[in-house]
Amino acid sequence: MTGATAADSAAPLLELRGIKAAYDRITVLHGVDLTVAAGQVVALLGPNGAGKTTTLNVIAGAHRPSAGTLHLGGRDTTGADPRDLARAGVCLVPEGRGIFPNLTVRDHLRMMTFTGRDRPEIEEIAYARFPVLARCAHRPAGTLSGGQQQMLALARGLATDPAVLLLDELSMGLAPVVVAELYEEVAQLARQGIAVLVVEQFAAAVLKIADHAAVLARGRVQWQGHADSSLHAELSSYYLGSAA
Amino acid sequence: MEQFLTFGVVGLATAAIYAIIGSGLVLTYTTAGVFNFAHGAAGMMAAFAYWQLAFGWGWPVPLALAVVLLVLAPAFALFVERVLMRPVQSLGEAERLVMTVALLTGCIALARWIWDPNTPRPLRPFFADQPAFHLGPAPVTWHQALTLGVAALIAAGLWLLLNHTRAGTEMRACVDDRALARLTGASPQRAARFAWILATQLAAVGGILIAPNIALDAQQLSLLIVSAYTAAVFGRLRSLPLTFLGALVVGWLESYLTGYLPQNDYLPGLRLAAPALLLFLALLVFPHRRLRGRERRLVRVPLPTPRGSLVFAGCVVLLAVLLATVLDEEGLISYGPAFSLGIVALSYVPLAGYAGQISLCQLSIAGIGAVVWAHLGGAGQLWALPAAVLVAAAVGAAIAVPALRLSGIYLALGTAAFAVILDRWVFTLPSFEVLGVRIALFDQGSVEVQGPNLFGWRLDSPAELLVLSAVVMAASSLAVGWLRRGRFGRGLIALRDSEAAYATLGGRPLAAKVAVFALSAAIAGLGGALYGMQQRTVTAEQFNLLANLPVFLVAVIGGLGAVGTGLFTGFAYIAPPHLLGHFGTWAHDVSTLGIALAGMGLAHNPAGVVPGLREEWAPLARDRVLLPVACGALGLLWLLYGTGLIGGAIFLVAAVLVAVALRIRATARQDGPPPAPDPVEWWGIRRPWRAEDREVIARGIAAG
Ligand SMILES: Nc1ncnc2c1ncn2[C@@H]1O[C@H](COP(=O)(O)OP(=O)(O)O)[C@@H](O)[C@H]1O
Ligand SMILES: [Mg+2]
Repeated sequence: MTGATAADSAAPLLELRGIKAAYDRITVLHGVDLTVAAGQVVALLGPNGAGKTTTLNVIAGAHRPSAGTLHLGGRDTTGADPRDLARAGVCLVPEGRGIFPNLTVRDHLRMMTFTGRDRPEIEEIAYARFPVLARCAHRPAGTLSGGQQQMLALARGLATDPAVLLLDELSMGLAPVVVAELYEEVAQLARQGIAVLVVEQFAAAVLKIADHAAVLARGRVQWQGHADSSLHAELSSYYLGSAA
Repeated sequence: MEQFLTFGVVGLATAAIYAIIGSGLVLTYTTAGVFNFAHGAAGMMAAFAYWQLAFGWGWPVPLALAVVLLVLAPAFALFVERVLMRPVQSLGEAERLVMTVALLTGCIALARWIWDPNTPRPLRPFFADQPAFHLGPAPVTWHQALTLGVAALIAAGLWLLLNHTRAGTEMRACVDDRALARLTGASPQRAARFAWILATQLAAVGGILIAPNIALDAQQLSLLIVSAYTAAVFGRLRSLPLTFLGALVVGWLESYLTGYLPQNDYLPGLRLAAPALLLFLALLVFPHRRLRGRERRLVRVPLPTPRGSLVFAGCVVLLAVLLATVLDEEGLISYGPAFSLGIVALSYVPLAGYAGQISLCQLSIAGIGAVVWAHLGGAGQLWALPAAVLVAAAVGAAIAVPALRLSGIYLALGTAAFAVILDRWVFTLPSFEVLGVRIALFDQGSVEVQGPNLFGWRLDSPAELLVLSAVVMAASSLAVGWLRRGRFGRGLIALRDSEAAYATLGGRPLAAKVAVFALSAAIAGLGGALYGMQQRTVTAEQFNLLANLPVFLVAVIGGLGAVGTGLFTGFAYIAPPHLLGHFGTWAHDVSTLGIALAGMGLAHNPAGVVPGLREEWAPLARDRVLLPVACGALGLLWLLYGTGLIGGAIFLVAAVLVAVALRIRATARQDGPPPAPDPVEWWGIRRPWRAEDREVIARGIAAG
């Protein structure tokens, strides 16, 4: 597929400029600049506590930035309500808990009918991609395995035709095989023209599918570029703290 | 057989109403995450409003129904959701519980104020003029048939709504994870609003349907919540079908007990208490989980210093001596119970404040203390007082053992059920014998209570009893403060913060819980015995569930973690009705309403008002010059009063003025900057780093 290279030159679908964010009075993002184009998979890497989750929350509207702007498809969406952003096609699969434990799989898919599609259609798309989910349609999501839960979270995202898919530590607590499988699905989604921003602390899995990588440390994007070998040197310096 | 069927039909109709009300409970719990104690009260308000429109003002029944169900109930729901619940949404379960307890108390007070409880208000059943039809041999009234039909419709409608519509699914999703729901296009606020409206309408339907069967009485209708909760607990507060099943069990149980319970003195109360008993059992039998929710915000528990505790205890006794010498007989009788009820309120401090166990039956245990003292200490024998305390402690431990399985709101519900069992059944029993020991309670009426005989000195004037209560309160406050500083108290707070962590640190949560229940019951029993002495006669109604609630609320307003809450609660609970009493007979309801409103306002501030008061007065208590001056000035005033040079009113006003002036002076005199309010790890962040900080930290480290 050539989607990735074509997307490099396309106008960015998601653009963060100088985003700052704080918890109480502690600023954790000091001006993040980041762009993701349609069809592109960008890996946002960085050590624990760097502010990766905060960045995703800002994009999804769950955390209001204290400065900077956020553009989605050319429109300024800084400080918009998460509901409206969701309706505009921003889909965040949050860290560790992208599902409602007491709702069944089918309930999850029913919730996505806010996009205008009806439930049978959404189910058809989701089950085609993840056949296991069809077998547990009536089980509460909390009883699914970790991999199945992430599949459900992804399926929810994919069934809504998101413009932007934000994934936070998808691999956490999952077996490497399962992770590889999930990321293969993510790559397919990107090929359909979705802008995907993947946050990971450990890069190996995601770099197989990412076109671009950005390293977030100390509240700023410290390095950005093609996901190739020079990245590894960068990463280790930030993770081990030798880059002062 | 015919009788069996007839009672079956009656039970079925009652069950239908419990199911309607209970499903409203399930709805607010699963969608708004609120355990709504005021749910029955909402139905009660609706029944009264319906009576007012349809019978009081003679509106046509359909119009009255439409106004109540489609206008008033939604308006009430929106008010509750917006004004009361939304601000506490992000706080813990306990704050939300306090809010609904305050709402329940407030609704009853409001209804009693608007609709004088002494006027009978008959409410005609629906289709009362149609003859009953027969189902086999059993007669079925049209009102009963209507009730069943409505319940069936509601069951089907709710099932469809929750499981097959997006609105219903969103409501459930918001309970699971509000933040995630917002990310998936749902609106938690809209869902909560919708749930409240629907639930309030269900309560209203239930209230209007059941009111013709039982009297239109604010308390009785509000306490239908017990039966509704029993039904809902069968469904673990989540499942509507099981709630309907639970409702059937309760409805039939009540109905068949009415029909078949043998007639004797011991059993009629059992029928009244049956739903509460069943609730207690159901809570124990059905496993229950807490809803996944936000972390509780833990309130800091103030740490009294030994000196501070002593000053406080001294002030309590001083205050009592002043009151005893200044107030007239009537004033002493009115305000004296502030100290004894204050002791009951103090019992919340170790239990709820330190250990985080919410109990709604402390006043009921106080009632046990009162009756045991009344019977054993009939001639004022002093040994009967420890005996009363021990019996109360034993009852507390006995509640604790089953309650160990319950936590948080379930414990509150279990203790509420226990309070109902006590006041509807146990307290109504005539005296009986167990293993040869004669046990007498309220003797189906009131019992006389004597003052104690203190080594030949008979304390029975109101002034003597007031001072005695104050001395006991001072001693109990000292003991509770000592407990807070000691190992056990710190263990209890650790238990509250995290049961698992407490266990991993080598504590034994179960033993600690039983101990704290017993201890706080002992304090409550002691307070109850003193309260009884001051009242001279006590009846069971003084200790029922609804009497418990305002005491609990005022204690929450004071701040459950602060030892001073005892004194605060005593006065804040006792004084307003007497102060207002000069204006009219509605004083009691209005002051209860005031307590409820204050509770609603203060649920936002879980630390309560006492720590703030303490902070205000601490400078004076610490001041080594002004404190003696204050004591001296009060002593002088007292002498002047004693010699008749000044009157009682002048004395009280002057004493208050002196105290306030010295407090202001002490605050101003406080030398040096006030101690840094910021914890050490925030130095240099929340406030600039100061040169002396380094030394302070070094010393702190050196001191270990
Ligand atoms: N709710 C919060 N309140 C206060 N500080 C927070 C909160 N969430 C995260 N932080 C802080 O913000 C910083 C960035 O956190 P986060 O975005 O979760 O990092 P990452 O996802 O890269 O591990 C961390 O230092 C963390 O301590
Ligand atoms: Mg993170």
